[in-house]
Amino acid sequence: MDPVTLELPHTLQRPGHAVAQEPMTRPAGPIVTGTSVVAFKYRDGIIMAADCLASYGSLARFRSENRLFKVNETTLLGAAGDMGDFQYMKHKLEDVMTHEYDMDDGQRLGTKSVYKCLSNIMYGRRTAINPLWNAYVVGGVDGGERVLGYVDLYGTTYTADAVATGFGKQIAIPMLRRRVEGRADEISEEEAVAILDDCMRVLFYRDCRALNKLRRAKVTAQGVEISEPYSLETNWTYAESIVGYGA
Amino acid sequence: MASLKPGEANLGTTIMAVKFDGGVVVGADSRTSTGTYVANRVTDKLTKVHDRIYCCRSGSAADTQAIADVVNYHLDLYTAQHGGPPTVSVAASLFQEICYQNKGNLSAGIIVAGWDKHNGGSVFEIPLGGSLHQQQFAIGGSGSTYIYGYCDKTFRPGMSKEECIQFVKNAVSLAMARDGSSGGVIRLAVITPDGVERTVVYGDRLPTQYSD
Amino acid sequence: MTSIGTGYDLSVSTYSPDGRVFQVEYAQKAVDNSGTAIGLRVKDGVVLAVEKIKHSRLLVPGSNKRIMTAGRHIGVAAAGWMSDTRHLVKRARDEAHHYHSVYKADIPAKIIAERMGMYVQAYTLYSSVRPFGVSTILACVDTDGPQLYMVEPSGQFTGYRGCAAGKGKQAAKTEIEKLKLEELTVRDAVKEAARIIYAAHDEAKDKLFELELSWICAESGMLHAHVPADVLAEAIQHAERSLDEDDDDDDEMEDEDL
Repeated sequence: MDPVTLELPHTLQRPGHAVAQEPMTRPAGPIVTGTSVVAFKYRDGIIMAADCLASYGSLARFRSENRLFKVNETTLLGAAGDMGDFQYMKHKLEDVMTHEYDMDDGQRLGTKSVYKCLSNIMYGRRTAINPLWNAYVVGGVDGGERVLGYVDLYGTTYTADAVATGFGKQIAIPMLRRRVEGRADEISEEEAVAILDDCMRVLFYRDCRALNKLRRAKVTAQGVEISEPYSLETNWTYAESIVGYGA
Repeated sequence: MASLKPGEANLGTTIMAVKFDGGVVVGADSRTSTGTYVANRVTDKLTKVHDRIYCCRSGSAADTQAIADVVNYHLDLYTAQHGGPPTVSVAASLFQEICYQNKGNLSAGIIVAGWDKHNGGSVFEIPLGGSLHQQQFAIGGSGSTYIYGYCDKTFRPGMSKEECIQFVKNAVSLAMARDGSSGGVIRLAVITPDGVERTVVYGDRLPTQYSD
Repeated sequence: MTSIGTGYDLSVSTYSPDGRVFQVEYAQKAVDNSGTAIGLRVKDGVVLAVEKIKHSRLLVPGSNKRIMTAGRHIGVAAAGWMSDTRHLVKRARDEAHHYHSVYKADIPAKIIAERMGMYVQAYTLYSSVRPFGVSTILACVDTDGPQLYMVEPSGQFTGYRGCAAGKGKQAAKTEIEKLKLEELTVRDAVKEAARIIYAAHDEAKDKLFELELSWICAESGMLHAHVPADVLAEAIQHAERSLDEDDDDDDEMEDEDL
């Protein structure tokens, strides 16, 4: 099927080929944006979090945005970057999943396949010099194996025990390196939640585009579960001890 | 991202939509400018795209008119094919599709609001990048940045129709007072199952506020 | 050409003198030779059932499905040529996909029925093509509730509470008419559908057959799906028991005759 285009009625069509060719222009960058996604492996599967903010420049414009998306029964997608492009990707993946459902062949698209599909779309678009302005985190359980991968607007991909996007790369990954990497198999859900909340709290403190209203999601052998929005306890008491420039 | 071309008419604009039980209220200022010249001081930025669905236009006047016309055409076609009116969400999806697929060439920030029998009143916002956001209330245009504080403080879910009308009047007039690109009159439309009621608040009858 | 009234059945682009298009009627014959397919629209969903006649014991059970899905929420049961069916199902999927990509909403039953009807009808106009030898039964639950349509080789599409196509359609329709479809739940309808397919089955002509059953209801998440194995087994049990009872009735009547 051809990509969707809404044809202008013929009375409204542009003059088109008659005009001199102007240089081709592309959207300059992301407009409505989401910030970090943080995810890591733990004993039972994958845990992931993203806040509910879609910024418009520095304006905190939409504060109930869901940046976590259940692709299928075993796969979770977290998105940072342009929300329009994310919505486009959601529709695209829905189409893929509908196609899979219709095949009715007893096969399921596993997390690895979804990740590959997503990576191919992202790399394809960057090669067409028309990138989707996102960084995605894909998490899931594929045939009993935990899968956690990253893909961004350049088509860069990697898998790791702990993955984050944007500011999360600078702030959450160092925290996770200490607390998760090498011991993913030991971490209980309770501990995973505590670690993740710690990361999201520091991100809220230090990322100007973050919001203290977030969703958490997990993928286990039982499937995907995305939480309702919640807030973290924060601590500002040490402000009392800072007077003047603090020198 | 598409910016205005030299001399292009701009809907500097304050636009707004609020949902209440049984419908929506949409409102807008009426200033269209080219640079700092007011090209039209009584513009109608509330554009009907179907019987019970309106859009509020901000950005390029030409672009948003063209988009609204295309959506209007598609919704008429939809009605003929389906034998009944579209939902507000279908209308919003059409707007989004056009804004998203042509985002490099368009300068359009649109609020879509209306009533349908499946969902009652609903409000959608499509900002510059072509994303779609459903909301309790939406504000848009250059003037909106000045009234986020007022709106967040004033809005309560479950306001009556009259409260919503007053909310829109206050918010839009506050924006018009501080935004050089907004001004003129306030146009309002109240969309309910019974019909669309359109009113105008003249520029010399706006709600008063501190103005030193 | 030997006499008037012959030679008009070679192409769909020619009417017969009494206003018929024989090729379309022959296509309908292809449908009538097929295993029975039925659809039931009940209060909380839709059920599709098909008598899949097997021409060989070597076929893998469950293969060559005659009930398929188009766009998750639409079920397509077919009577007629399976190769034609697969083509039409692809078309239905493309229509569902295209509608969804434009309106971001699931295509309503009457729209997909209309579009499929238009598509099939186009194959009754040109001498270069053959009409589809298949009737498709479309099941769907949309915003107006459960829906059932049948698209025939002529391109005619009609909405039904219950419908049947294929070689057992007369027997099946008689049985369907006895049902109180507005009061039935899908759970009941599944059993009734199985019973009707078993009743319409002609043991003398076709030895082997497989029952295919699908539904759209709350239990299937409002998606079109084949019924779970236990529901299918229960329905088959019910159908076989009903058949036995009918046989017993017949026996009793014979006794009385004596």
